[in-house]
Amino acid sequence: METRSSAWAREAAPKVAASGFSAWMGEVWAVFVKDLRSELRTKYALNAIVMFAVVTLTAVSFAVGQFRVSTDILAALFWIVIFFAAMSGLGRVFIKEEEAGTVAALRLAASPSVVYAGKLLFNVVLLALLEAVVVPLFIFLMGLSVANWLLFLAILVLGSLGLAGATTIIAAIIAKAAAKGELFAVLSFPILLPLLVTAMGGTRLALGETMGLGGGEVRLLISYAVVMIVASFMLFDFVWSE
Amino acid sequence: MSENTSKALKIALLVGQGLILVGAYLWVPPHEGLGNLGRIAIFHIPTAWVATVAFLVAMFYGIQYLRTRRLDNDLRSAASAELGLLFTILATITGTIFGRFTWGLQSGIWWNWDPRETAIFVLLLIYGAYFALRSAVADEERRASLSAVYSILAFVTVPFLIFVIPRVMFSLHPENALAGEGATAGILRNPRTMIIFLASLVSTTGIYIWTYSLRLRLGQLERRLLET
Repeated sequence: METRSSAWAREAAPKVAASGFSAWMGEVWAVFVKDLRSELRTKYALNAIVMFAVVTLTAVSFAVGQFRVSTDILAALFWIVIFFAAMSGLGRVFIKEEEAGTVAALRLAASPSVVYAGKLLFNVVLLALLEAVVVPLFIFLMGLSVANWLLFLAILVLGSLGLAGATTIIAAIIAKAAAKGELFAVLSFPILLPLLVTAMGGTRLALGETMGLGGGEVRLLISYAVVMIVASFMLFDFVWSE
Repeated sequence: MSENTSKALKIALLVGQGLILVGAYLWVPPHEGLGNLGRIAIFHIPTAWVATVAFLVAMFYGIQYLRTRRLDNDLRSAASAELGLLFTILATITGTIFGRFTWGLQSGIWWNWDPRETAIFVLLLIYGAYFALRSAVADEERRASLSAVYSILAFVTVPFLIFVIPRVMFSLHPENALAGEGATAGILRNPRTMIIFLASLVSTTGIYIWTYSLRLRLGQLERRLLET
């Protein structure tokens, strides 16, 4: 009798024994689609992450009231909301495998780098969906006005890549620990600090009041994302394998 | 480290640290700008230095564990991290005191998030997170590999911190302790201060090495007891 997990394992394995990068990408896509599908079924992480952002933003908007918030604070607030929403939503990518009992099946079906890349892609998409909600809300509720959209979007995309890159492996680390939720935020914050500081600075430049092109910030975000993702690829096997 | 070496080191450190303490207050002249407050640099900077070294050692042994899978390497990593945490707390406290009674005297401000303060605080957070992780994992080998991975990840972000933070915030920290403008400049310019400072650096590192060897021996004995 074919159980659900073995049926899934069969589907996730590459259908054709192709070789090279495209086969690898195919496997990564399969892991990503599996995660996406199960997420769309329950919408657990999506709800958590979006509702958290909405609630935080509403609370801040109430508190600020009539007063106009300066762009420095707005930039910082923006990334704080994204950071905490990410802490509430991105940590579960590996925990749900543990809870569903599909860890062994996933280990058999795909190599560690494939699993990591698939989960990373999933987290990036989750963050993108979050930001698609948060940015309009900021414009609507907090009066965000962006002077330099190109810089703003560049910081957003690169910052999200770095955020997802750093947190995915930490999510794998905490999946095997106790006190998972709190531990995720505790472990992620020191690692993410350079990213947050740079993203806040770059967003502040993009909002227009301070002078600056933001090239330094963009370069730092690119290097941060690259370094964290490469380090994660190299270290993931030690976390994932027994 | 053998028991005799440990004992010899202990006595040498006792004498040396005693001489440094006396020298720092009686032999070293007060700094022109800061007066007697400048003496704290002799004690503060070595603790920050040891805190960083301890982190590097912890990460090194973490890598060794991942390569060899010998739990002794994990023990070394944890021992160094414990001491690193202690020295980081010392560095943060002495640095805060330094800041409060120099630049913070008028404003009464204790903490200012200038680059070096932020960096030492982040080191504190990293150590805290490291121990939070260790206490949350029950299985010994998994704990060892997860802590090793985390220490490597944390290490990888440190260069970013060093380059990012100074550009974002204005620094109250004495940028170049040997030359420059301002009251905090030239803390180490006087040759006597430099001698005592270097001696303090060596002595504090010696304290770290000695305490580390003790902690390591303790941990190894504990493990051997548990095995029987």
